[in-house]
Amino acid sequence: MKKIGLVLALTLLALSAAANAADLKEPYIIGGIFSITGPASYLGEPERNCLEMVVEEINAAGGLNGHPLQPVIYDDEGDVTKARLHAEKLLQKDKALAIVGPSLTHTSMTVLEITQKAKLPLISCAAGAAITSPAKDRFWVFKTAQTDQMAVSRIYAYCKKHNLTKVAILTVSTGFGMAGKDQLLGQAPQYGVEVVAQEVFGEKDTDMTPQLTKIRGSAAQAVICWGTGPAPALVAKNLKQLGLTIPLIQSHGVASKKFIELAGDAAEGIILPAGKLVVYKQLPDTDPQKAVCQEYAEKYQAKFKAPESSFGGYAYDAQRLLNAALTKAGSDPAKIRDALEGTRNFVGVSGIFNMSPEDHNGLNPEAFVMVKIHNGDFALID
Amino acid sequence: MPTLSSLLQYFLSGLTNGAIYALIALGFGIIFNATAIINFAQGEMVMLGALCAISLYHLIPSLPLAFLGGVFLVSLVGLVFERLALRPVRDPAPITLIIITVGAAVFLKGLAMLLWGKEAYSLPSFSGNAPLYLGAATIMPQNLWVLGLTAFLVLVLEAFFRLTLVGKAMRATAYNLRAARLVGIAVGRMVQLSFGLAAALGAGAGILIAPLTLGVYDMGTMLGLKGFSAAIIGGLGSLSGGVLGGLLLGLAESFTSGLISSSYRDAVAFLLLLLVLFLRPQGLMGGRR
Repeated sequence: MKKIGLVLALTLLALSAAANAADLKEPYIIGGIFSITGPASYLGEPERNCLEMVVEEINAAGGLNGHPLQPVIYDDEGDVTKARLHAEKLLQKDKALAIVGPSLTHTSMTVLEITQKAKLPLISCAAGAAITSPAKDRFWVFKTAQTDQMAVSRIYAYCKKHNLTKVAILTVSTGFGMAGKDQLLGQAPQYGVEVVAQEVFGEKDTDMTPQLTKIRGSAAQAVICWGTGPAPALVAKNLKQLGLTIPLIQSHGVASKKFIELAGDAAEGIILPAGKLVVYKQLPDTDPQKAVCQEYAEKYQAKFKAPESSFGGYAYDAQRLLNAALTKAGSDPAKIRDALEGTRNFVGVSGIFNMSPEDHNGLNPEAFVMVKIHNGDFALID
Repeated sequence: MPTLSSLLQYFLSGLTNGAIYALIALGFGIIFNATAIINFAQGEMVMLGALCAISLYHLIPSLPLAFLGGVFLVSLVGLVFERLALRPVRDPAPITLIIITVGAAVFLKGLAMLLWGKEAYSLPSFSGNAPLYLGAATIMPQNLWVLGLTAFLVLVLEAFFRLTLVGKAMRATAYNLRAARLVGIAVGRMVQLSFGLAAALGAGAGILIAPLTLGVYDMGTMLGLKGFSAAIIGGLGSLSGGVLGGLLLGLAESFTSGLISSSYRDAVAFLLLLLVLFLRPQGLMGGRR
């Protein structure tokens, strides 16, 4: 009896030693903070999905230089306080090497304060220009989402080309909308565009006819709506309802099939800037982003049985950028940061990234294409 | 300077929203009359009506079926709610019951979030989307449905309370519970019926408004509060007061949004409520109690 016990114990010891031998290299701990629940869940959930998808793929292939990736993901629910708490936790308890996220501009602004002080790289998935600017105060912060500044310049370039010199802007009262409004008002003069009416609506508002009625009474030749969630779809419907025939231009925040579904017939003819993902099938084969977008779309659909999300693409690009940096630099946060800053010609879903000390977003207006909604789908224009 | 057509536009959209508030206010009024409590879960009935109808429509694409089905299901919810959450209460002080309704509202909202998620869903308009022109102002066929059906429901409700035995029995219960019991009216059943009826009205409001405003799990909170304000403004307990309060609120919101600023839209309901409570607490049509 004793002998069997001894043999059993030795066998178990040998087995566990063999098991451990496979995990010789320490895992790279990647922190993730996303708005998985809450009003921005349409951003955070796909982002979390993508992070997990990329990590799973890397780990199945043996990790980065043999180091497996260990993601630790928290849900900030779109709340600034929770985002802050999670960032502290990732730093002190989980000892993350870098953080991907958050999903929103205002949560990103809070988290970057913490990561800057802790000298830890942060790759945000939010759009606000202030996240990576001024560059001298954002040494440790990067972002993968296209900036609203680029979206606005593409929109105004379109307006100028089509002689739409008087526009009305209708912006949502959240951080995204206010940042967009600043850009729309600030960039108008350089494209020869005059903003003849500016109206605001709430994120949860269900009736924008008063604002649109005022716009109807103005000299506007086009309406630019800047918002996310269901409200821009209602703006489209209200516009049709009031018999307004002037073109409606939306922000890249509505570049998803859900918007077309909610707006129904009213979506026809709407123009917006979008990442190349929504129209990748219409891109020429010579476009380097086509292959990357296709791969992403197919993988996402196969794994999650849901249409691919441009928002998830921000996290997809962020994790892949991080993977490249980790492969080059190992587990030293400072070296990871340097590697991220040295990213050149990285073809992502959201655009082609060329980071530099002055530009931690690495994208230019070419990351956007102008699309028009036609017959329930996005069509590439001009 | 706002033009006549924009004023007309504000008037028309205000009337539509007002009709919805009126239906919700009626729900508050009916329950208040029968039980002297405020049912703060009324807003959630609106939300459930909209979402149930949308789900039914996805199963069987028939709008009349979705409408009737939604109203029926939510009436059941109202009946079951009264039976399970309110009637068993041992010490039915009004404040206890009111807090239970608040709890029920939170529960129903959470349930809706689990069942339908956080996204918005659309329901097709009952008769298409071609706007009708009144001068330079437009009105959607759906707005006409809202106004028409609300007017119809109000008339049916009036007829029900005045002409049918059950309606009269409900009024008797509301007037004097003890006397009603003494003459043999099944008071408990009348109370339960009032909850079912209020839920049905709320559901109807939700299904009518869903093509215009989309159905979301959290649409009930604001609508419930505004419907409540409308009920108080018109006079809690008075049916015509509920309708008047609703219409007034809708118009006030619309004109404030249009003429002053759209940021104040939600504040109007509560400002009006405060005004009425300060100046004429029994509401415009004067309460029955």
